[in-house]
Amino acid sequence: MEHIRMPKVEHVRLVDRSSSRRTQVGTLYLTATHTIFVGKGSEDRNDLWVLHSLVCNVVKHKASQSGYPLLIICKNFQVIRFIIPQESDCHDVYISLSRLSRPEKYEELYCFSFNPNVDKAEREHSWDFLDLKAEYSRMGLPNKLWHVNPINREYRVCDTYPADLFVPKSVTLPVIVGSSKFRSRGRFPTLSYYCKENHATICRSSQPLSGFSARCLEDEQMLQAIMKSNPGSRFMYVVDTRPKLNAMANRAAGKGYENEDNYCNIKFQFIGIENIHVMRNSQQKLIEVSALHSPSMGEFLTGLENSDWLRHIKSIMEAGLFISKAVAEEGVSVLVHCSDGWDRTAQVCSVASVLLDPYYRTLKGLMVLIEKDWVSFGHMFSHRCGHLIGEAKEVSPVIDQFLECVWQLMEQFPCAFEYNEKFLISIHIHIYSCHYGNFICNSQKERKDLCIKEKAHSVWLHLWEKKLDFMNPLFKPDQSQNQGLLRPSTAPYCFKYWRRLYNRFDRELHPRQSELDCLMTVKEETQKLEEELALYEQVKCQIFNFHLHKVFLFNFSDHVFSAYTSLANTPQDYIGGAPNVFTLQQGERESAELCLFGDQTKSSDADNSDQESGVADFSSHSSGEESLPSEDSVKDPDSDETGPNRA
Amino acid sequence: MELSEHIKTANVEDVTLRRPFHPALRGTLCVTSHHLLFSDRKDEASWQLLILLKNIDAIEKRAVGSSGTITIKCKDLLVLQLEIPGMEECLNIASSIEALSSLESVTEMYPFFYRPSHLTLNGPWGLSSTEQYYKQTERLWDRWRVSTLNSDYSVCPSYPSAVIMPREVDDDKLIRSARFRQGGRFPVLSYCHHRNGMVIMRSSQPLTGANKKRCKEDELLLQAVIDGSELGYIIDLRSAQQAQQARMTGGGFESKSFYSHWKRIHRHHERGKVVQESLIKLVEACSDPSHSVDRWLSKLENSKWLSHVHSALSTAGLVVECVERDGHSVLVHGSEGTDNTLLVSSLAQLILDPASRTVTGFLCLLEREWIQAGHPFQQRCAHSAYSHARLKQECPIFLLLLDCVWQVWRQFPLALEFSEALLLRLAQEVYASNYGTFLCNSEQERCAAGVKENTHCLFQSLLRPDIEEQYLNPLYEPTDLAIWPSVHPQSLQLWTGLFLRWTEYAQNMEEAREEVWSIVKEHHEQAGPDRTNNTLSTHCDTLTPFENLMDELTIL
Repeated sequence: MEHIRMPKVEHVRLVDRSSSRRTQVGTLYLTATHTIFVGKGSEDRNDLWVLHSLVCNVVKHKASQSGYPLLIICKNFQVIRFIIPQESDCHDVYISLSRLSRPEKYEELYCFSFNPNVDKAEREHSWDFLDLKAEYSRMGLPNKLWHVNPINREYRVCDTYPADLFVPKSVTLPVIVGSSKFRSRGRFPTLSYYCKENHATICRSSQPLSGFSARCLEDEQMLQAIMKSNPGSRFMYVVDTRPKLNAMANRAAGKGYENEDNYCNIKFQFIGIENIHVMRNSQQKLIEVSALHSPSMGEFLTGLENSDWLRHIKSIMEAGLFISKAVAEEGVSVLVHCSDGWDRTAQVCSVASVLLDPYYRTLKGLMVLIEKDWVSFGHMFSHRCGHLIGEAKEVSPVIDQFLECVWQLMEQFPCAFEYNEKFLISIHIHIYSCHYGNFICNSQKERKDLCIKEKAHSVWLHLWEKKLDFMNPLFKPDQSQNQGLLRPSTAPYCFKYWRRLYNRFDRELHPRQSELDCLMTVKEETQKLEEELALYEQVKCQIFNFHLHKVFLFNFSDHVFSAYTSLANTPQDYIGGAPNVFTLQQGERESAELCLFGDQTKSSDADNSDQESGVADFSSHSSGEESLPSEDSVKDPDSDETGPNRA
Repeated sequence: MELSEHIKTANVEDVTLRRPFHPALRGTLCVTSHHLLFSDRKDEASWQLLILLKNIDAIEKRAVGSSGTITIKCKDLLVLQLEIPGMEECLNIASSIEALSSLESVTEMYPFFYRPSHLTLNGPWGLSSTEQYYKQTERLWDRWRVSTLNSDYSVCPSYPSAVIMPREVDDDKLIRSARFRQGGRFPVLSYCHHRNGMVIMRSSQPLTGANKKRCKEDELLLQAVIDGSELGYIIDLRSAQQAQQARMTGGGFESKSFYSHWKRIHRHHERGKVVQESLIKLVEACSDPSHSVDRWLSKLENSKWLSHVHSALSTAGLVVECVERDGHSVLVHGSEGTDNTLLVSSLAQLILDPASRTVTGFLCLLEREWIQAGHPFQQRCAHSAYSHARLKQECPIFLLLLDCVWQVWRQFPLALEFSEALLLRLAQEVYASNYGTFLCNSEQERCAAGVKENTHCLFQSLLRPDIEEQYLNPLYEPTDLAIWPSVHPQSLQLWTGLFLRWTEYAQNMEEAREEVWSIVKEHHEQAGPDRTNNTLSTHCDTLTPFENLMDELTIL
């Protein structure tokens, strides 16, 4: 609390990003965990809650006629624009927020104060929801060739690896230790994915400390053992996900890559995925493009091209495809590494897993995959997501890229995934929000040292409980092309701009009607009708019930479709920047909108429907009550994620 | 010369057919006056591919030893390869295709020979007429009338025989106004808004010329449209500079001083060759999956196709704003008033008018606003994206319309009664068809060629219940509201269904479409008969791309 210079400012204006005429006056509150904006006179209490830990940057702009603009830029790509009447207030809020949004210690993060009103048993249950041991046994491990080696139980061999690691049974402790000494940060080759059908594996590690000529017998034995643990194959791939030039440059620092001559039966391959710095800059450019104010088609496409973002996504996808094909089609094991083996390696291994195994295309499967390949294997969430104030150069959207690869796959295979894009976006937010303990710290050891499981909650159970929102109605698991390996096209036109992620808060950009939501409702209704019918069969001797049933059927069916047609609507900005004839009539237009669509708003239950759907959002838009950007950033500390507007 | 004289080799055996994402097939190739027929007779269930020769945009031949390869590039963007044993046969086939795919005379074209047993040539042709539109639109009866002054097409050769005009303007005045407009295309009513009675008019540019001529009758006509008191908007589909320049060649624009109640807004739209070249560049960009993402995006940008989509939708949105929100009537025109003008006015109607979002309503809209309104289909669609022929009047404005409609559907997936399949079918039919609907450049030409007497109407055929159900949107739920599309670049997408139609990309989308149908069907089965009167039918097989080609195949 000591950081809050100004807990409350009145007469603050919240300005819509896309159109300055949609503003709302209200009161701004700063609490220890949230920035809260309460609009004046809004009956449905459409408040805006922004977690401090989700704030990426706070910017003061030059004073305008109406006051002092303050921009809050969030890690979920939301940009909130306040105009504060007094300069001193604006400055105080700025200073307070700048400090609050840059925590120095883990203890300041929201997950440690978040208390969803559940008892200890429930909290522990939330952590037990995912069990990696169960995941490995789902894969068919341990078996006669692979087992868990306890060597890293105390994180002594490698402090960024998990405690339980699968290695070939044939490998002895000295080999592991020797190999780990020959690898950056001790990250020796270990198993990430095992393919039951043909025994091929995806293994991961960091780069070898080979320099220009160094060798390590144990490391060579390690790779040999991995290769031999796949009895059907005579060689294995070693995939270095870096551009060749980067890998060569590392040799000068005593690191580098495997020399094919020193290792028996390996095929070495570079896959040029750029490093975290390139990716950070690329995403920055992409965000700038997404935030352009009414760009022309040419500006947008050129900006998209110049950001190089989709090129990077394609390179990750191609790497994943290469590995998944090696495993599924050739039956050959693959060792993947980059420099440290926690960024590109995690991306590529998990993309390959999604392509290989339909399980990872289910809700729980994706959770497990992230828990395994990212959380347990020491992807440095705190550094990459900038949870704490620190080195800006360590921040990079590595996991964003993985989620985007999954999204691109969902676009290509609309029936192959159990989840929908809301699920990916929710995961994205939780990774950055520090609302739950899962993505705090940089390794399993750090989390253990901090007693995260005792002090914070796990997000996975929470997401699982909301799973109805995340279902893809088109999911067809039994379809043959959705089983086994997915073979995405990597033609350039298959890579699209992810509007829902980058322009999520620009409502007017999204479809006004949601096919997905409509289908979901239809499906749910069908199911309910089936249940009704079953019930009806049971009691059909009773005429009275029969009568009731018919009535129910009729009403319900009518209701479903109409819920999605209450699209209240407003014109877009068709004028562009050109001077136009309409500017004088804006007042009239807003009021015209009000009477035109006022009734519609009442009928659509904006409060209950997900903010994502676009339909309900929109009706609140045109009702004249400025609907606020209030999605997952809206958090009420007392009622979990249910913001006041959702209750 | 008889068509058959172009055929030197009618049959070749042992031809290998290659098409994207299918194994190569061997079979017999057969050339007839209007078709290329490939049949694979080895299996018991013989598989046939029938291509209208008119659908062929370009062919390339290549000799490989003693045999030859012909690459056929179709106007619907399909590319096929035929390996023909025997160089002579190959050259004969190629020259037949070249000659027969570019017939000039309308009455030699296939629609004049298409005689399926289930259709008869007697009975009315088409779905709608000016008179019918007038009859249906009660709002018009008071102040508007149907004028038949163009019944012999002498006032305006590209207009239909009947047009809707303000009652207070007599035919003499109209004739004078027509003389003052390029091609005689005087302002006529295109749409009357059911909510407020405001209208969308369209015309060609006024012939003001360098010395700022005026035409009293034209001014009176437009005055009568807005009925004195209010204000109207003229949406000029050229930049202000282009409109100024047009005066040098006898064209021009409505000057403020003579049309004091009309406010002119200029919106620049590309036309003609520029749009055609956009299509060529876009199709070229889509045809190479090995490009890098950067190269693809730069080619996509460079093609400017999406920019045209963007302009068309934004100007249509502007028209709708004028009509629906601000309650003013609008006159739309560019230069000739046969291309972008129709694009904008028909899109505006789709956005405004729930009636034009049903299958029937949409086809009626196309019939009134494109076919009867004199879009020169024959000139515009002579060639598509692959042709090496020197471009003359080609311009894919109609394709652009379909793309824009597709964008609207993406943004309002429940608001249109028809599905993407109908748009794809139309995209194909407009270039090569069994039906007479898209033949000729105007009603006058259609009349002269006897199109209505001697060909079948596509739109009527699409509305036959068994055919129509293939084109329904399973999620359709009518809405009375205007459906304003977003025109932000982030909201506009490449129409993959058309431009990537023959890639693997399309196949997964097909699966998704089938799943949507099955979810909705299952729902209806459960919900019982109460809801089966909805748009959904109990049985519908979605077309696979190739069945589409084979659709309504007649046995030769």
